[in-house]
Amino acid sequence: MSEYKCPECGYTYNEESGDAHEGYAPGTRFEALPDDFACPDCSVRFKEDFEKV
Amino acid sequence: MKGYTATLPSGEAIYYVDRKRWLWTLSVLYPLQPLLGIWLHSVTAVEAWLLLPIFMGYVVIPMADWILGEDKNNPPEEVILQLDRDRFYRVLTFLVVPLHFVALIGSAWWAGTQALSWWALLGLAVVAGITSGLGINTGHELGHKKGKLERTLAKIVLAVPVYGHFWIEHNRGHHRDVSTPDDPASARMGENIYKFALREIPGAFMRAWAIEKDRLERREKSVWHADNQILQSMSLSVVLQLGLLITFGWKMIPFLLVHNFFAWWQLTSANYVEHYGLLRLRDENGRFERCQPHHSWNSNHIYSNLVLFHLQRHSDHHAHPLRRYQSLRHFKELPTLPSGYFGVYLIAYVPWLWFRVMDHRLLALPHIDGDLSKINIDPDRSEAIYRKYGKTADAKT
Repeated sequence: MSEYKCPECGYTYNEESGDAHEGYAPGTRFEALPDDFACPDCSVRFKEDFEKV
Repeated sequence: MKGYTATLPSGEAIYYVDRKRWLWTLSVLYPLQPLLGIWLHSVTAVEAWLLLPIFMGYVVIPMADWILGEDKNNPPEEVILQLDRDRFYRVLTFLVVPLHFVALIGSAWWAGTQALSWWALLGLAVVAGITSGLGINTGHELGHKKGKLERTLAKIVLAVPVYGHFWIEHNRGHHRDVSTPDDPASARMGENIYKFALREIPGAFMRAWAIEKDRLERREKSVWHADNQILQSMSLSVVLQLGLLITFGWKMIPFLLVHNFFAWWQLTSANYVEHYGLLRLRDENGRFERCQPHHSWNSNHIYSNLVLFHLQRHSDHHAHPLRRYQSLRHFKELPTLPSGYFGVYLIAYVPWLWFRVMDHRLLALPHIDGDLSKINIDPDRSEAIYRKYGKTADAKT
């Protein structure tokens, strides 16, 4: 399980905990997020921009 | 006055004082103007005083912008963290939330209880609407933050202009799609504000609804579930406006219809001028380039920025959406509006004048340099614009 961070605002997607508010269940892999996934906090960085922590 | 100390990369110690610190209270007090007009009407019996906020907004502020000019100063990058953590600035955005409710309820009370002439009633509804439109600005500043309190306050204050979908629409839709042909909240070259409004108002709502529907579906909930954040804010709007209707009677029907329209029109006006004609280009993979400061029109006009929580430093805002208002920066060679928002709105309301003022300004931007293929153009006006400015996309390739 890994974490992926938005380089603009620091939002971090943790695969272990998922993101309940956004509807991503605990254990959801980053790769399984939608292709058009945008940072839930700033919306100006996208899935391909996220950096593995 | 409070100051901040920091050390520059060169090793030099600096002490920074934000000279605008207390002037930001203007953004808190500004929405109270309708009450000033009401008080002056009550003591003089001259109904025209009720229109004072219109005069202040569209005559006094553009003149103040013209006289006081621009402020291009930026706080040193080394103090930004301290500036952001200073609760004073945050508290101002909290304080203004109840004042938006006070302004609307006070205006409705006066409209509902006084024997006003039809034009004074209409004028007061317009004033109340314009003021509630500023509530969208307050919700904008609050809604961009990560804290739960700020986000909750954003949803609460957006109930005043009945624009509960804004928080989702703006943060998750407009910021993602800004300055692309896909964005209903980015105006196209050749598109007048009235045509834009017909695309922006329904388009923004539908985009917000679709985004929230997707989120709720991932959570296996219906879009009509109580967790729908648009419905949460809208429910508060219904309670507020029904309460006014029950308390002050039938006069509230035209009053609130006019109020709601002008509150929405404030956002439409801001959206129209903020990205007019600007276009993010596609990279070799077909993706739109990252939003940069030159994808938004900026204004450093000091007075109008002080009453709008720095909204007009829009270029930095879109490049870095979570940056707090007190920390937003000016950059060199930005697309620059000829006045603050209140002044340019007046230009925008006269389409031929707007095109005359802005189209040359747009074409002259350094990153465009007359190249129409780098502009977001209204497809219906494309042929006429290419004919007028003499450069076709074919000629450029």
